[in-house]
Amino acid sequence: MSGLKLAIAAVAVLGLAACSNNQWDDTANSGGAGVGAGAGALDPASPAYFQQTIGDRVLFAVDQSHLSSEAQGILQGQARWLTQNADYVVTIEGHADEQGTREYNLALGARRANAAREYLISQGVAGSRVKVVSFGKERPLEICSNEACYSENRRAVTVLAGGLTG
Amino acid sequence: MRKILAALLIGASALAGAGTAAAQTGPLRIEIDQGVIEPLPYAVPDFVPETPSAAEHAAQIARVVAADLSGTGLFREVPASAHISKVTGFDDPVKFADWKAVNAQALITGAVSVTGNRLTVQFRGYDVFAEKELESALQFSGTTGGWRRMAHKVADAIYSEITGESGYFDSRVVYVSESGPKNDRRKRLAIMDYDGANVQYLTNSASLVLAPRFSPTGDRVLYTSYESGFPQIHVLDVGQVQRKILSSGDGTMSFAPRFAPDGRTIVYSQTQGGNTDLFSMDISTGAKRRLTSAPSIETAPSFSPDGSHVVFESDRSGSQQLYVMPASGGEARRISFGQGRYGTPVWSPRGDMIAFTKQNKGRFHIGVMRTDGSEERLLTASFLDEGPTWAPNGRVIMFTRESQGSAGRALLYSVDVTGRNLKPVKTPDGGSDPAWSPLQK
Repeated sequence: MSGLKLAIAAVAVLGLAACSNNQWDDTANSGGAGVGAGAGALDPASPAYFQQTIGDRVLFAVDQSHLSSEAQGILQGQARWLTQNADYVVTIEGHADEQGTREYNLALGARRANAAREYLISQGVAGSRVKVVSFGKERPLEICSNEACYSENRRAVTVLAGGLTG
Repeated sequence: MRKILAALLIGASALAGAGTAAAQTGPLRIEIDQGVIEPLPYAVPDFVPETPSAAEHAAQIARVVAADLSGTGLFREVPASAHISKVTGFDDPVKFADWKAVNAQALITGAVSVTGNRLTVQFRGYDVFAEKELESALQFSGTTGGWRRMAHKVADAIYSEITGESGYFDSRVVYVSESGPKNDRRKRLAIMDYDGANVQYLTNSASLVLAPRFSPTGDRVLYTSYESGFPQIHVLDVGQVQRKILSSGDGTMSFAPRFAPDGRTIVYSQTQGGNTDLFSMDISTGAKRRLTSAPSIETAPSFSPDGSHVVFESDRSGSQQLYVMPASGGEARRISFGQGRYGTPVWSPRGDMIAFTKQNKGRFHIGVMRTDGSEERLLTASFLDEGPTWAPNGRVIMFTRESQGSAGRALLYSVDVTGRNLKPVKTPDGGSDPAWSPLQK
């Protein structure tokens, strides 16, 4: 697990260093984060590029684990990047919004993470490189209690690990 | 059929007129299920200190007895400021006229002595208007540090004699203590007395923990921890604070563990390939058995008190609903048919009812139903109520209530199974996922 933690830390640092153009960046203020000048400077093989340019997460409808066409597009990009950067393994973290009971939401988050995993596999990523875990409603990104926040919280986030020597 | 809580008080004087079947049950009685009247007035003057060092405990114990009894909503204390008599000797004759004058229908007196760190409590209950001692007179002793437990035992004995139900005050609650904002919530396992006293933390907040449950004797706690990065089932010995991981398999999620009444079998959810099913495990041998096999979510199991059946939630019909199946698996019968979604079923320790969380039209409710799904009653309503647990006597339910918005926090609440007496349970921080212990021995 130390690799995973390292990856999160590295992404966080890069996220702060770059002018964020990532609408899902945990640290970004919502709104106003323009597609910045910094984005063009990202190394296409970097975790930051994966997170910000390709998009590290897909969103879901209420109580659903179906992948929208937009979500499929993001996962296709993730699959291409993972094929080109074969050193990385990933953990897909599934999440739910707060509208639901705790244990059901754990299972629902697992369904979402698995839907993303299956899609990556269908796009040629080896299953052995993709783990899943669910946090249910335990790790919301946005904390208001309405759909604007809930829609951002119903997510499956692909977290990179390994291959961080460079 | 909707029996709202009721305190039917048959005072000695009323009895002559009422004179029915209640006569042989004794004059001082609260029938919890009968028509509503009002809380029974009682007095509990400071207990009499029989040794010089017992004075503080003598007063404190009387206060805890009063908090227990009044906290049920079934009893109302006549405050000390209204008392006419002062009880200065435990064996002195009771001046019933003085207690009648302030309309204290029940009187509880006691004596406390302390020798070294050994504390002894004696008490007597009286039916004031019958001028009669209740049968519950008892004596407890223990260490001075255990004085609250002795107070709870006094209150349990009085409650039990007057209501005819077993008590629940000498019990504990394991829960998840929560601090920090919603997007950085720290959770750790905590255990406390049922009334929020004597909080003790069982884990630190380095790893996310969820949904603890007591063993049938209260000596162990099952819970889910993310210590490994993945949710896994842990069991913790409460006395020793030793713990052990029960589930294994990297990348396999295991959660929602519950003890069977035998204390050695557990049921829990395991997720494989995104699909969550129920399994059982013998925790001494590690032998596992699959109980459900469906592409839907099966979780939140709870054993019937006789161990023969498991109630659980499943979305196999398209939305979360409640089902009952044999404890060894096999065909499950749906029991929830009302509007909305049903989850977190918990079988009553009396075996007669199932408490649940219901979501309907954007609101959450704690409710109860018969084990066949009939007679559904909703006890609460709020932005987010979930996760009921039963008091050992099956009369009170504790649950999590979370407030909405960015400043939202989770707190523990309790409510009578009748829907009355809704109130917060005091905890040092926020709290969620309470699980009530059996009555302590």
